[in-house]
Amino acid sequence: MANIQETIAKQFPEVEFAQGETLELNVPDAKWHDVAAALKNDFGFDNLRALIGMDWGEELGIVCYLVNSKTYEMIRVKVVADGRENPFLHSVTDLFTVAGIYEREVFDFFGIKFIGNPDMRHLFLRNDWVGYPFRKDYDTNPTLNPVRLDHEETEDTTVEYVEGADGKIHKEERVIFAPEDFVVNIGPQHPATHGVLRLRTAVDGEEIKKIDLYLGYIHRGIEKLCEGLTYPQTIHFTDRLDYLGALMNSHCLCMCIEKALQVEVPRRAQVIRCIMDELMRLNSHLLAMGTFCMDLGATTMLFYALRERETILDIFEKTTGARMTFNYNVIGGVRQELADDFVSDVKKLLEIMPKAIKEYNQVFTGNVIAKNRMEGVGVLTPEAAVAYNVTGPAGRSAGWNYDVRRAQPYGIYPELEFDVVTCTEGDSMARFKARITEMEQSCRIIAQLIDNIPEGEICAKVPKVIKLPEGHWFQEVETGKGAFGCYIESTGTTSPWRMKFNSPCFCLAGVVDHLCRGQKIADLITIGGTLDYIVPDIDR
Amino acid sequence: MEVTTKSMPYEDWKDNEYIESLVNELKASGTNVIVGSLDKLINWGRSNSLWPLTFATSCCGIEFIALGAARYDMARFGWEVARSSPRQADFMMVAGTIVHRMAPVVRRLYDQLAEPKYVIACGGCAISGGPFKNSYHVLKGVGEILPVDVYCPGCPPRPEAMIYAIMQLSRKVKVEKFFGGVNRKENQKEFLKNHPISETTN
Repeated sequence: MANIQETIAKQFPEVEFAQGETLELNVPDAKWHDVAAALKNDFGFDNLRALIGMDWGEELGIVCYLVNSKTYEMIRVKVVADGRENPFLHSVTDLFTVAGIYEREVFDFFGIKFIGNPDMRHLFLRNDWVGYPFRKDYDTNPTLNPVRLDHEETEDTTVEYVEGADGKIHKEERVIFAPEDFVVNIGPQHPATHGVLRLRTAVDGEEIKKIDLYLGYIHRGIEKLCEGLTYPQTIHFTDRLDYLGALMNSHCLCMCIEKALQVEVPRRAQVIRCIMDELMRLNSHLLAMGTFCMDLGATTMLFYALRERETILDIFEKTTGARMTFNYNVIGGVRQELADDFVSDVKKLLEIMPKAIKEYNQVFTGNVIAKNRMEGVGVLTPEAAVAYNVTGPAGRSAGWNYDVRRAQPYGIYPELEFDVVTCTEGDSMARFKARITEMEQSCRIIAQLIDNIPEGEICAKVPKVIKLPEGHWFQEVETGKGAFGCYIESTGTTSPWRMKFNSPCFCLAGVVDHLCRGQKIADLITIGGTLDYIVPDIDR
Repeated sequence: MEVTTKSMPYEDWKDNEYIESLVNELKASGTNVIVGSLDKLINWGRSNSLWPLTFATSCCGIEFIALGAARYDMARFGWEVARSSPRQADFMMVAGTIVHRMAPVVRRLYDQLAEPKYVIACGGCAISGGPFKNSYHVLKGVGEILPVDVYCPGCPPRPEAMIYAIMQLSRKVKVEKFFGGVNRKENQKEFLKNHPISETTN
C-alpha cells in the first residue's frame, strides 16, 4: 500500500492521500483518468467495485472503490466535480467497462455528465423527468413530476460529451439503433425476465445483434428515502432490495453501522447470522434454479425446488415470524431468540438436502435438452467478469475466484471450512451447476455450526439513539447473487448523509448485452435465468 | 341472500356488510326471471374460473409463485391458469410497488385485459405506497391509476391472505349483473373517465 502511495505521489503530485479503512485517494478531475489508468495497469486494480455519486452540499462528485482482482486489495478514490450548475467529470468507461452503466446511474441521480461515456441517457428515470432527485436541493414538488400515464418516447440515439483539443466540451450524437435495425421490445411485462426489466433487442433473424437495457420500472428511491430516516429505520429496506438475499443484505448494513459505532457483536449472534445467511443462500439458489428451469419449460423442477424452499421458509418463520421480509438483523445482533426447535428443524433440512440435490440433477442437469440449451451458451471470460464486475456464482463460474467470504472475510467465515466453487467454462451450464454445488457448500457450513451455537447474548448493548461519528464506511457481503456492498457517509447525525446499496444484480444486468451478442434470441432467457438477477435489487 | 363459497362458512368472512349492500343493490334494481337466472349461471362460471395475469414487480410476486406451488396450490380454486398475456386473463393481481415509470405500463396492461376485468391491489405498496410512500418515484397506491376491487394487505401478504383476497373477489363476481348497474361496473367507467391517459408535453 505504501508503495502505491509513493509511486502515485511521484507521478501525480496533485493527488492527496489519507488512510481510512483502505488507502484513500483524493484526485482532481483533470487527472482522474490518468490515475485510474495507472492504478489499473501498474498496480492491478482492474475491478471497479463501486462508483457512488455524491452530493456533499457544496460540491458534487463521485467515490470509487477499486479492487485488485488477484490480491483482493481495495482502495478508495474520491473525485470532485466543478460547480453544481453544469458539472462534468471524466469517464473511465474505456478502462472499466462496468463504469459505463455506473456513470449513467450517477448522471441520472446527480446530473453529473461524464466526458467520454458513449451513452449519457437517463437510466432509471423517465427521459422527461425534471431535476436530479439525489441532489440535496432537489425540488420534490409533485407538480413537476406528476404521475404520467402516457408512454415516454423511445430513443434510438444518445449523446456523448466530447472534450476537444482546446478543452471545450461539446455534444455528439451516437446511434443506438439504426433505422434498418429490427428491434424487438422485451419487457417490462414479460414472464421470463424475472421482474420488470426491459430489453430492447436488435435481431438479425434469430441472432441477437445488440441489447439496450432499460431500468427503473421498480426504482423506489430507497437510497434517498434512507437519508430522511434514522439508522435503525433504514434496515428494513434492505429486505426489500434483493428479497431472496434479505438476511444477507441486512447483515451487510448492520455490519457497516456496527463498524462505525465500533460495537462488538456477541458470538451467539454472529453464529446465528451466519447460519441464517447460509439458509438464505439455499433459499435464493433454490428459487433461482426453479424459476430458471420453468423458463426452459421444466415446470416440475419449480415445484421440486419450491418444496425444499418451503421447508426453509418454515424454519425462518418459526424464528423470525415472517416468510420473506424478516427484519431479523438489528444493529448489534439479531432481534429474536431462536425458536425452540430451530436446531432440529435445520438438521432435518440438512438430511433432505443431499437427496433433493441428487434428484434435481437426475431430473434436469443430465437432461439432453437442458445440456443443449446451456452448454457453450453465453460464455463469460474471467477478464470480462472482472471488467463487468460480475461477482457471485456467475463470476466464479467464469473462472474469477472471488468470494467476499474469503476475499474480505467478515463475521465468523474465516473460521469455517468451505470451498469457493469455481469453474472455468463460463457458460450457462457452469453457472447453473455452480449454484447447485454452492448449495452443497452452504449445507456444509450449516452442518459445522448447527451443533455449536454458543450460549449468550443475542444482541450487544447499543445506545438508544444511534448517532454515527463523522466519516464513511463501506462493507460488503457475499449474497446469493454476488458481492453486495453498503456505503454510508455520515455527518455525525442520527440519519445518514448518503447511503448507497451497491447491488450485484445491477452489474449482472449490465453484462447481458455482452453475453447475448451473437446468440439466439431464445438463449436470452437462459442467459438471463442463469445470471439470476433480481430486478428490485437492480433498481433499488 | 348469503353470498358464500363452499370452502368457508359465512360468519368467518369479513366485510359481509359490503357484499350485502351489493346484494341489496342488486335486489333493488330488479330484473326479470330469465335474465336473473342467466346472470346466476354466468356468475357461477366466472367466479369459479378466475384466471390471473402473471404480473408482479417485486416481493409479492415471489409469494404469488408460492401460491401456485404445491403447498398452497391455487389450482384447488380454479385460479391456476396464470396467463402471461392480459388478453386471456380475468384479473390482475398488482403484486408489488408501482413506480412512475411503470405506471403507463400497468395502465396499458389493464386496458388490454378483456372484460369483465378485476384488479386486486396486493401488498402494502400497491395499496398505499407502503414503506416507500414518501419516495419521489412511487405511486401512493395503484388506486391512483386503476379501479381496484379488492385490497390485500401485507408486506408481502402471506399466500393464505392472497387466497382470501381472491376468494373475496370471487364473492364479488357472484353478485354482478350482466347489464351493469351493480358492482363497480358504472364506477369503473367513471373512474377511467376521471383518470384519462393524457398526452403531457414538456
